[in-house]
Amino acid sequence: MVRKWIKWFYTMLIFAFLYAPIVVLMVFSFNDSKNTAKWEGFTFRWYQTLSENGLIMKALYYTVLVAIVSALIATVMGTLAAFGIHYMKTWRQKLVLNINSIPILNPDIVTGISLMTLFVAFKMELGLVTMILAHVAFNVPYVVLSVLPKLKQMSGDTLEAAMDLGATPWYAFRKVILPEIKSGIITGGLIAFTLSIDDFVISYFNTGNGVTNLSIAIYSMAKRGIKPEINALATLMFIFVLVMLILINKRTKIEEI
Amino acid sequence: MKDKIVMGRSLTKSYNGIEVVKGIDFWVKKNQFLTILGPSGCGKTTTLRMLAGFESPSSGQIFFEGNEITSLPPYQRHINTVFQKYALFPHMNIYENIAFGLRINKVSEKEVKSKVAKMLELVNLSGFETRKVNSLSGGQQQRIAIARALVNEPKVLLLDEPLGALDLKLRKDMQIELKNMQKELGITFIYVTHDQEEALTMSDKIIIMNQGEIQQIGTPTDIYNEPENAFVADFIGESNILDGIMHKDRLVTFAEKQFECVDGGFKKDEPVDVVIRPEDIKMVNVDEGILKGVVKSVVFKGVHYEMIIKGASKEWMIHSTQMAEEGSTVGLLILPDDIHIMSKEAGYA
Repeated sequence: MVRKWIKWFYTMLIFAFLYAPIVVLMVFSFNDSKNTAKWEGFTFRWYQTLSENGLIMKALYYTVLVAIVSALIATVMGTLAAFGIHYMKTWRQKLVLNINSIPILNPDIVTGISLMTLFVAFKMELGLVTMILAHVAFNVPYVVLSVLPKLKQMSGDTLEAAMDLGATPWYAFRKVILPEIKSGIITGGLIAFTLSIDDFVISYFNTGNGVTNLSIAIYSMAKRGIKPEINALATLMFIFVLVMLILINKRTKIEEI
Repeated sequence: MKDKIVMGRSLTKSYNGIEVVKGIDFWVKKNQFLTILGPSGCGKTTTLRMLAGFESPSSGQIFFEGNEITSLPPYQRHINTVFQKYALFPHMNIYENIAFGLRINKVSEKEVKSKVAKMLELVNLSGFETRKVNSLSGGQQQRIAIARALVNEPKVLLLDEPLGALDLKLRKDMQIELKNMQKELGITFIYVTHDQEEALTMSDKIIIMNQGEIQQIGTPTDIYNEPENAFVADFIGESNILDGIMHKDRLVTFAEKQFECVDGGFKKDEPVDVVIRPEDIKMVNVDEGILKGVVKSVVFKGVHYEMIIKGASKEWMIHSTQMAEEGSTVGLLILPDDIHIMSKEAGYA
């Protein structure tokens, strides 16, 4: 009984440690005061000023644009790459898989700076295009990792059976392979989208020309002191990412059944 | 040439320099049931995959109704395949699985419906249209796989150990069903298996392969009664295989005795393999037999007893409907007709 209680307490302690800051932030986004430390009543005011803030609305637009475009490109590229890797011989497959997972383990700052160096070396102007390219680059490995297991699950004979029945490779791909790996592709796309929304470090080094995403906007606003508006924005972002995560988890759970 | 619907000419396949099929020649006639039989790794599945178009031969040619199809992709061959592991499409229901080939050929929906219904009736699974693939048992899935392959009305059906994953009773039933189907539809079947009994039951013609080479081609009766070498004899049913010396035509020595036999055409005193089927050795009284031995073990096999009899130089396996007591001494009689002499060189690997 005591052991059970200790277990429960310990779990709660960890949750408190993890989520207390977010809870505080969320609560204070409804605080009717310019002062961030003192509670002075409930208000939706900050959410309203947020929606009237042109800078933030522009950042929101770029964030969503970059997330959609980079997730789409990364999904297509990652899926094709997963196909290539799936049909490779064992040692080559291992090698390429390891190369694929290095960017995932690589610190964001290294990825960000190396991409920037590359863009500058190619004399590309930093802006929307470079930001999208950077997001594609760090998203592709995640798509590969979510599509590959679906290909592995597929019976090796499936493609041959389709072609045997008269399907051209393209027809077989659309009618037989794609439906089999669809869930992996969608999950990969959702992960890519979420990571893109979430990213700060890599975006920070690879943008310019007044193109900023939400995390960069928050960062630059925070330099001039934390306003309750930022709390409101952070709250919205947190809720959005949470919803996305629940969606992804639900998808994987359904597939397991 | 005309009635040889599929023909392979010096077909060779090698992977990384290792030949798994070594220049084999064979053909199958229209409406024949051909079985390619051999132990695992003998190249039989590779041969079938070359016929289907999944593998391209390293050298050699494949002909279909007299036209070369060696380099044609699988979707341009009028040949369909039934896979060992069914390979049904899990995201489609049974109806869509069977209709797959018809949809590619843009058959009208009305015709699709009637053809699918006909196929389901053929494989005794009417009413399964809307069922999901993974709600079916292995045997049912294999029937659907057969229906899916047959709906395209292929001239040749390739079957790659289609019954391998089924239990014994179901396998026996399906063997008879497949054979009936083949006769009824008048389609050429090319069937790959490692099960010699299955091959003997179903086939019109058997190709026996070992280590990438054809050991013998013939009817089941030919292959059982007249195996061309010790490998075939050993692989098809159980056999007593001994070393012997062929003194002259129709006279052979083995087990330290001289025997009359019916074979000839060997060199003087050529070493040979002597093959005797267990059921061809007659058990008689000690003084009537040419050989004698002590009964070492007796196993009841249903129709007959399988006995191991320890002779002077060799243990004999015999099948007999009569039983001898373990430990008793019996005489053995072998008639000239039942002694099969095989050259040592003839392809025995």
